[in-house]
Amino acid sequence: MPLTDEQIERYSRHIILKEVGAKGQNKLLKAKVLIIGAGGLGAPAAMYLAAAGVGTIGIADADEVDLSNLQRQIIHGTADVGKAKVKSARETINQMNPDVTVNTYRTFVSSENIRELIRDYDFIIDGTDNFPAKFLINDACVMEKKPFSHAGIIRFKGQLMTYVPGEGPCYRCVFKNPPPKDAVPTCKQAGVIGAMGGVIGSLQAMEAIKYIIGKGQLLTGSLLTYDALTMEFHKIKLPKDTHNCPVCGEHPTITELIDYEQAECDMK
Amino acid sequence: MPEITFDAEVDITDKVCPLTFVKAKVSLEELEEGEVLAIRMNDGEPVQNVPRSMKEEGHQVLKLKDNEDGTYTLYVKKVEA
Repeated sequence: MPLTDEQIERYSRHIILKEVGAKGQNKLLKAKVLIIGAGGLGAPAAMYLAAAGVGTIGIADADEVDLSNLQRQIIHGTADVGKAKVKSARETINQMNPDVTVNTYRTFVSSENIRELIRDYDFIIDGTDNFPAKFLINDACVMEKKPFSHAGIIRFKGQLMTYVPGEGPCYRCVFKNPPPKDAVPTCKQAGVIGAMGGVIGSLQAMEAIKYIIGKGQLLTGSLLTYDALTMEFHKIKLPKDTHNCPVCGEHPTITELIDYEQAECDMK
Repeated sequence: MPEITFDAEVDITDKVCPLTFVKAKVSLEELEEGEVLAIRMNDGEPVQNVPRSMKEEGHQVLKLKDNEDGTYTLYVKKVEA
């Protein structure tokens, strides 16, 4: 579909770019991205994707906005406390850009619903805050052959990597299994600097955009880590050899999704 | 010199930088490789910037014609990157 005059103006700074142009902008307008978790990572990711004109954004989250979320979850405001996060996120996106259709899923992802949920989307963003969900998203994306961006943030640190089917290691190739319950503190217990979600969530949005327009190099086969206190980024090369992976390897032993148990203090 | 033949035309006299180039670029993207776009623009900033931006994108600038009414027409041949 040709861009309207209003779209040409709205996306002019994209269209000017050689790597984007009207062609790339049209790809963005046709793209469907699912964000799982409308929190510290999902909020900035959703907002940059919405501003960029990603035509369909799905948001899955079961929670309501809590006052303690607002220090980092910038898609929600003070007046949204108590509101479903998916509703609050949709309202913000609708205000930002009428070109975006927002699909909301007020649910926790589980082995029961995730495969169907991700099936309709071109790219998935993992904006969750716990290991059971991270392994679930990875395994489901491998099984459904969907690209996704993994990320995690805690204290002053963040990390992310990108999985594209057939192009290198998945999250489970690198991290094998979730750590024992309570072995690793969550953001709730450990704290997180609010802007960390902005840095890492924006990088996730960037990966989604590059994947959609088909330009540049993705974080496939690499893990990018960021330490805000020392102000260091490290791009760590991951082993290429994926054939022994229990989910994306040649002879997978994980063929059904697993609902790992979550530490009880996080279930609120 | 014979008149240049072109395949499509666009008027960007209603735009200011950077939308001048953006509007021209969007029109050019709709053409096939080797086709020529005629771009009518105001004197001044567009005449300085649009031809340069078109060259930077790898397209071939054929001619800038003075329409002697305060506007110019730029003929650009599309080159796929």
